[in-house]
Amino acid sequence: MSETTVLDEARDPLVIAENWMKDGKAVAIATVMETWGSAPRPVGSHLVINEDADFEGSVSGGCVEGAVVAEAMDILDNGEPKMLEFGVADETAWRVGLSCGGRIRVYVERLG
Amino acid sequence: MDPLNLKKLNAARRNRQAVALVTSIADGRDRIVHEGDPVGGELGEALARAFRSGKSGMVTADGSEFFINVHLPPARIVVIGAVHISQALAPMAKIAGFDIEIIDPRTAFASPERFEGVTLHADWPQNVLPERPFDAWTAVAAVTHDPKIDDPALEAALKADCFYIGALGSRKTHARRVERLTEAGFSAEQLGRIAAPIGLDIGAASPAEIAVAVLAQIIRALRTRGLAGQRAPKGEAA
Repeated sequence: MSETTVLDEARDPLVIAENWMKDGKAVAIATVMETWGSAPRPVGSHLVINEDADFEGSVSGGCVEGAVVAEAMDILDNGEPKMLEFGVADETAWRVGLSCGGRIRVYVERLG
Repeated sequence: MDPLNLKKLNAARRNRQAVALVTSIADGRDRIVHEGDPVGGELGEALARAFRSGKSGMVTADGSEFFINVHLPPARIVVIGAVHISQALAPMAKIAGFDIEIIDPRTAFASPERFEGVTLHADWPQNVLPERPFDAWTAVAAVTHDPKIDDPALEAALKADCFYIGALGSRKTHARRVERLTEAGFSAEQLGRIAAPIGLDIGAASPAEIAVAVLAQIIRALRTRGLAGQRAPKGEAA
């Protein structure tokens, strides 16, 4: 609870997602749903992505955001939500693993 | 996510209301639940736990998997009185993760030198509050000993249903305070919400120790909201 008492409208991912939606852009929302071991962002954290591949927020310390943005592009096309898993035990670790040694599950869905 | 739910979620967060987005993992559908909304079954129990602890997470309820993303407004502490206790309470509250601000019209007390880096209002509570009103996620500790300063803040705190209201003073002082506030139209039940003498009973002697007792009492009030004085179950305190 280190945030200030008012919503940080300029940086809050969910506010940004709503603003993109109002601008008529397609938006995907990624949410950290589970973490194991040392994970840089707590459960409930969001990364939001729009159709231009602009993104705000984070689901890790920058380790997997690129992969999540790429998945989000597919999800914007087909509308099917997807649970992604990243971690050292995963074969994707070679490409986009978490250097901290943790494991996270990230849910990516289209807004609307 | 349902676009309407995103709007509702952000609106609740702007209004400093406790709110949760519940996503069904099986079909991806989501819904908005405000604290206090009736939700039955295991999901209702999981939601109550999430609202109490502020922790989001995956739950299995009634045979299905759900993700509960709970958004609690950040709690803040407003201290009426820029006194010695407040000087100790301000840094402690910050370490514990609370926003804190101090109101005291006596400029000799409410000086930036005495409260470096703390939001300070050298003004009467009734002048400050229209700009920065109390709400259910505000803890109010009135510690000036002066009814002229404390009482208007206590009245505002009772009306706003602050999650914590504490007032410094002996039992005798508090009895007189209760008389005044009863005359002002508050019920015995409302006045029973005021923690007085202020702070958990840990035998605090110095101003700094009283600050510890007050902060502990605020944290207990925050973590046991709606449980009528019960403690949060063990292992859930965060």
